[in-house]
Order: sequence, then C-alpha cells, then structure tokens
Amino acid sequence: MKAVITVIGKDSVGILSRVSSCCADMGVNIVEVTQSVLQDMFAMIMLVQIEEGTVDLDSLREGLDKVGKETKTKVHVMHEDIFNSMHKI
Amino acid sequence: MLETKDILETINMIDNENLDVRTITMGISLLDCVDEDIDRASAKVYDKICRYAQDLVKTGEDIEREYGIPIINKRISVSPIGMIAAPCQSKNVVKFAKALDKAANTLGVNFIGGYSALVQKGFSSGDYALIESIPEALDITDKVCSSVNIGSTKAGLNMDAVKMMGKIVKQTAEKTSDRDCIGAAKLVVFCNAPEDNPFMAGAFHGVGEADCVINVGVSGPGVVRAALAKDGDGKSIDEIADMVKKTAFKITRMGQLVAKEASKRLCVPFGIVDLSLAPTPAVGDSVAYILEEMGLESCGCHGTTAALALLNDAVKKGGVMASSHVGGLSGAFIPVSEDAGMIAAAKRGTLDITKLECMTAVCSVGLDMIVIPGDTSAEKISAIIADEAAIGMVNSKTTAVRLIPAIGKKAGDELNFGGLLGTGPVMPIREGDPSVFINRGGRLPAPLQALKN
Repeated sequence: MKAVITVIGKDSVGILSRVSSCCADMGVNIVEVTQSVLQDMFAMIMLVQIEEGTVDLDSLREGLDKVGKETKTKVHVMHEDIFNSMHKI
Repeated sequence: MLETKDILETINMIDNENLDVRTITMGISLLDCVDEDIDRASAKVYDKICRYAQDLVKTGEDIEREYGIPIINKRISVSPIGMIAAPCQSKNVVKFAKALDKAANTLGVNFIGGYSALVQKGFSSGDYALIESIPEALDITDKVCSSVNIGSTKAGLNMDAVKMMGKIVKQTAEKTSDRDCIGAAKLVVFCNAPEDNPFMAGAFHGVGEADCVINVGVSGPGVVRAALAKDGDGKSIDEIADMVKKTAFKITRMGQLVAKEASKRLCVPFGIVDLSLAPTPAVGDSVAYILEEMGLESCGCHGTTAALALLNDAVKKGGVMASSHVGGLSGAFIPVSEDAGMIAAAKRGTLDITKLECMTAVCSVGLDMIVIPGDTSAEKISAIIADEAAIGMVNSKTTAVRLIPAIGKKAGDELNFGGLLGTGPVMPIREGDPSVFINRGGRLPAPLQALKN
C-alpha cells in the first residue's frame, strides 16, 4: 500500500533527514517528496510504499510521532486512498 | 501525483474543522429471532447481534487509524422490536431492551437503535405493548434508542398514536428526571421514517433491507462553514451554493470510501451513505454558524429558512454525485442542543420553536433535541408532534420530533446531557390548549400527494 506522510511545523535543522531515516529503518521506500518552507513554516509531503509483511502502519506512525515530538512538528500518516477519493474523480 | 494543496486541505479539515465520519452503523435483521417465548426470543436477539457485529468496533477503529479519519461512533440498528415482539405471549417487551443494551455493552458500540414500532396506519400485535414500555426501557438502559413512526404520506397520520406519544415522551422524561431527562433524548417520533437511517436516535433496520448491511453517516458542518469563511466574502448566492456543493462532494467521497472499506472488511453488503451535515456541540461544528456565515446576523432571524433551504439542497446535490447509494435522512440537521450556534441563538431569543418548525419544512429531520418546559401537558406535546408530522406528510419528506420536557424546570433553565447530545436551554412553547383536537383520536387522512399511481 501507499501512504502519505505529512510533516508540518516550524523549520529546524534535520527534519527531512530524521523522517527519512525513520522510514529507512522500517524498510519503507520513499516514492516522492515535496517540501516547502514558507515564512519559517516547514511543510513536507512524502509518498511512501509500504510492502506487505515489512512494517504495519501503526508502527510507522509510532516511530514518526516520536520524530515529530523531537522536532516539534506535527506528523500525519494516512492511507493514500483518502486523498485520491476526496480530490480525484 | 497528489497535489500538495489537496493533501494539506484534507489534513486541515480533520485537524481544525472537525471533519469526521459520524457513524458506521450496522443494520441487522432480527426477523429470524421471533419466538413465542420472550426469553428465548431475546436470547436469540442477543446472540445474533453479538455474532454479526463482533468485529464492528475493531474494524471501525482499524479504518480510523489507517486512513487517519476520525470515526466518532460505531452503532447498530435492528428490525423494529415491535414486530419481533408480536408473536410473544408475554408482553413484558422490556426484556428485548435489556437484551439490546447487553449486546451493545458486550460489543462496545455507542448506541443501538430499533426499539421501534411502525404504526402509521394502525397498531399491530406487539406495537402497543412496545410503545407502552418505552419509558421503562429508556430508563433502565443506557445505549438503547427508540423511535415510533406515527405517519406517512401514503397512510396519513395515526392520531391515536400521536396522542399516545405525547404521554410517552412526557413519561420518559419523568422517569429519567434525575439524569437531566436523558430518556427523552433517545426517543424520536417520525413521519415518513427512512428504513436505512444510520443516525440515532431514529435508526432502525427496515423490513425491506438485507439480513445485514453497513450504512455510514458523514458529518462536517465545520468544513462547510470554514469554506464559506475563507472564500465567501462578496460572493453571490449561486457561488455560495457552488462552494457548499463542492465541499459536500469531498466530505461524501470520504464517507463512501469508509463505507466501502468497512463493508469489504466485515464481509457485509454496503447499504447507503447518509449525506447529512450533523453538528456537534464542539465550537465551529455548527449548522447555525454556516447560516450565519452566509450573512445572517443570528440563526433564527428572517432569511434563515431560505439560507437553510439553499444549504440543504446544495449538500444533497454535491453529495449525491460522490456516492453510489445515498439514503437515510440526507440533508442538514438542526438539533438545538447539539449545535453551539443554535444554543446561542436560542439563548439570545432569536431562535424559537415556531421558527424551528418553519425551518424543518426545508431541511432533513425536524424538531430535534428541543428542551421544553417540564409542565408542558402531554396533549401539547402531541400537538407539536402532529404539526411536525403534517409538514412531513404533505411535503413527502421525513420529519421527526425529539422533544425533552425538562421536568421541574421552566423557560430559561438548562439541561446538560453531555457528549454529542450537548446542552439545551429550555425553550418556551406557544400558549393555547389543543387537547380537544388531540383527544379526538382516529386517523388524519392521507393527502392527495399519496395518490401518485
């Protein structure tokens, strides 16, 4: 399945690196990344591929929540389909 | 690839604008649980519900986590118990209420609906006993919800049932007066009750339904209000309608996704998505605020009915394209105690029961969660029910009445139900005694609209 990770918060050094290391540690492949910093606000969106049998969404979320707390950002991990169904016909 | 702004919009809707799926409701037919012996019948009811819905709560929570969408309630609706009770020799129907409540507690669902009777044309065996038992049933249970359909466009209004329900509503409030009259908040009197409604307190599993189905009720007044607040300035009414439609479309697509996923995981057919805009007492998640965002100083002032008509219609038009099957109540709800904006308007005095009655002619449901003075006579409650049912009957739409007589309290006081049911200011009702009219009994004939064939 594909999931969307969003990280929103105040910009600081190493957010991207910590989020991607967390993904790598769990065997989650990053398919696409977009990132923008607007007036100190950091917004990153990652599309990741989670292969069956590697890691479940809950553990990934737990790991990323920890990163979110450390970097003082808000992290969401959501199934890709929610965005597809709401914004694509 | 997904657009960044779309992703951020969805997350903002969930985080800041109270976007949620209000309920996944599993409808379960109990027609195969009938038995002459009431103990055996209620044991069968308990067993079947527990067997069918054993994974409902877990599946709801799994979907919630995986998709990141809050799913506020998991509920069950069952066949009208009036029918299931019909063959029982004992008329101690409350045993069914106990079985339903026990099943709801075992499964961990939030509500179970279907302690109901359909008496729009007359009482059949079982219905009378069921209605009589409603005050006790709602007193001794926590999660059971009850509804009675007293009229329809096809059948007219059963005025004997209307008369009876005035008493029942009052008795239910009296029995639970030590708990802010909460019993009456779990009792709805319908005209044209839908058979696939996932919302409480009026949900029951209709007789034409499959053995088991999944119905989903979406929510999202906060999202609509935020969309209007962001881009609505200086826009014409048609542009406002368009904005509501687009937002309703997105909300419903989310509901459809959840419904399909729940149906797949539970191996239960998908029934319908109910498009309703259901408010919660949370600040911002209010239908009244949407109307005010359209340009009314206060909900209830002149113009409210027109604004609500626009909202109700646009929600349906946007939502209907987003789901393969739409049903239930589908429209905008206006429950006073569950809506921060309505509560504020009622307290200010701009919103009264007469204006609410007008509003129900153009939106879904009816006089919902309205707290009235505790000394209101049963006949007056019946008359309010009759007025509201007449609106539904003539306009071929669902109307419902959920009044809470605040025992021992008068206009200006307040009841506090907590949770989704909110807080209700006691609203004054109109003077004059309708008891001779109500005590006539009989059947109010169906209107010409019934003769469509």
